[in-house]
Amino acid sequence: MSAFLTLRPNVDRQPQELVVISGKGGTGKTSILACFAALSGVAVLADCDVDAADLHLLLEPQVIHRESFTGGKRARIRLARCSACGTCQELCRFEAIHAIAHGPNTIKKTLRVDPIACEGCGVCAWFCPEQAIDFRPAANGEWYISATRFGPMVHAKLGVAEENSGKLVSMVRANAKRIAEEHGVRLVLIDGSPGIGCPVIASITGASLVLVVTEPTLSGLHDMERVILLTQQFGISTMVCVNKWDLNPEISRTIEATAQHLGVALAGKVRYDRAVTEAQVNRKTVVEYQHEGCSADIRIVWDQVKAYLEAQSSLEPPAPNSLISDSGNRRWRGDQPQPAKSDRTLPTLPRASQENKG
Amino acid sequence: MKLAIASGKGGTGKTTISTNLAWVAAQSGRNVSYVDCDVEEPNGHLFLNPEITTSRSVGRLHPKVDLEKCTRCGLCGEICQYSAIVRIGQQVLVYPELCHSCNGCTLVCRPAAITQELRSTGVLEVGTSGPLRFVRGLLNIGEAMSASLIRQVKGEMIPAELSVLDCPPGTSCPVIESVRQADLVLLVTEPTPFGLNDLKLAIDMVRAMRLPLAVVINRAGVGDKQTQMHCEREGIELMAEFPEDRRVAEAYSRGALASESVPEYRDRVEKLLARLDNFNPVKLQTQIQELNP
Repeated sequence: MSAFLTLRPNVDRQPQELVVISGKGGTGKTSILACFAALSGVAVLADCDVDAADLHLLLEPQVIHRESFTGGKRARIRLARCSACGTCQELCRFEAIHAIAHGPNTIKKTLRVDPIACEGCGVCAWFCPEQAIDFRPAANGEWYISATRFGPMVHAKLGVAEENSGKLVSMVRANAKRIAEEHGVRLVLIDGSPGIGCPVIASITGASLVLVVTEPTLSGLHDMERVILLTQQFGISTMVCVNKWDLNPEISRTIEATAQHLGVALAGKVRYDRAVTEAQVNRKTVVEYQHEGCSADIRIVWDQVKAYLEAQSSLEPPAPNSLISDSGNRRWRGDQPQPAKSDRTLPTLPRASQENKG
Repeated sequence: MKLAIASGKGGTGKTTISTNLAWVAAQSGRNVSYVDCDVEEPNGHLFLNPEITTSRSVGRLHPKVDLEKCTRCGLCGEICQYSAIVRIGQQVLVYPELCHSCNGCTLVCRPAAITQELRSTGVLEVGTSGPLRFVRGLLNIGEAMSASLIRQVKGEMIPAELSVLDCPPGTSCPVIESVRQADLVLLVTEPTPFGLNDLKLAIDMVRAMRLPLAVVINRAGVGDKQTQMHCEREGIELMAEFPEDRRVAEAYSRGALASESVPEYRDRVEKLLARLDNFNPVKLQTQIQELNP
């Protein structure tokens, strides 16, 4: 294990990353994370729910820098060179190439790539006997650095019906971390997406702490269990928060017991409060909107989370958990974002980020 | 008819509406399948308590390298767009989690050293819940890509019958795979700023895919009126509104079908079913073509 430790000389200067996820959607991830932003004093924010981002609605960011995101390539058939031999259609595993007949009375056809079904594998372009297929980088979205009333925020918008959300998540995260490092900010607050797939894995690998926000429903319980198994598989420290707990106190107790059984600490419970929606309509975090009610509960959850992070950062060497997550990272090397090349105002990403080791 | 129930935002009520709609339709004597496409976090079984009749492990193809035959030419790593196969010195490493199963490495390998091997990514279950047919997929934990499992789950649909597809939240790959080739995409939203923002993203996605769409507002009465106004402006059919009702939320929390315990809820589901029967895909399709020339 000591061999691992020598690989991390600057570990005490790395900002900590707190990720809020939920498994099930709509449990209150974004509302609670926005409150943390308000309570933390100083943090860099990252909205990693890139295909349905909502954090900007509460924080009203002023975009200072925008850049297009190219996650992969896409095939396009140059009709002038295409002999309609059908090789591409035969080889495509994603049913992305369609033959369009020229008319009812002709066997002549045209081949077209369906850009939505295309996964950018390039097999068609590689094997086209006429070299009639262009295979070029495609813009999959845009990402931004913004200023908010609580600090800098990195966020993104995945293009319509685009792929590569995992890569875009890694890009947003890496840039948030870089900004934190440059400004000496010790905390990055990350809003994750629902589910347990690609974007979620990209948002949690190597994080300091994951907070799972759940709700007292059987679905909430079921989805929390799966998402905790995921964070444990990746060796990431995890805490649970039960939102709207008083809607079903009995299931809330079951959730607490299940979390305990899985070895996950409870960060706290937040009562159901209509003020959350009212605050949202008024574009405010609920802790700014009112002092009492659920805001009091959220402050307690924040104190618990903060205490955990402070204890973790004072530990030196780092907890063994984060070492395990490093080995998890190695499998994701292919997904690592490239530093922003065309950008003169921003220095490139430091090589010291955890992901580049190994 | 393939009816996809989707939403940009999570937790707006996709599963509540899908399960109740499928259940009420099946009770009225129709042949209906409930198909849970949210393979990352499926919840439909909690409400329908199905009896699973077949359960099988399903997988995805990924490359296997025979190092005896391999000449270390490195072409596999060159064609692979996902860094799922790389040659490093005399080693050829495969990262199955990154593989998209495009088969490029196998095709490009001249000494035919690469074969495709099936690796389990999840479980596919088929069963019944009373009069209703039940299908779901369950993705293995730690598996990043769900699209191929979703494709296989959808392969269990019976073409001539009504299939209610309970889709995952969001607007990216898993959702696109779930709603592909649907006859109608029903977007469930809640009338809040978050709900509306994500509804707009979902509308853009469905329109880009040129599929017919309609909107259902869940928990009507909370938040504001912006969502209704947006649908009106955009000429999108608002098929139903389900008012905020604590009894429905309670039924949901303990895994019960609201249509079994809240009579008004059942009435609304029946009305929605009747509207879906009158729904004319041709008319909607023309609207789409006008919007996307």
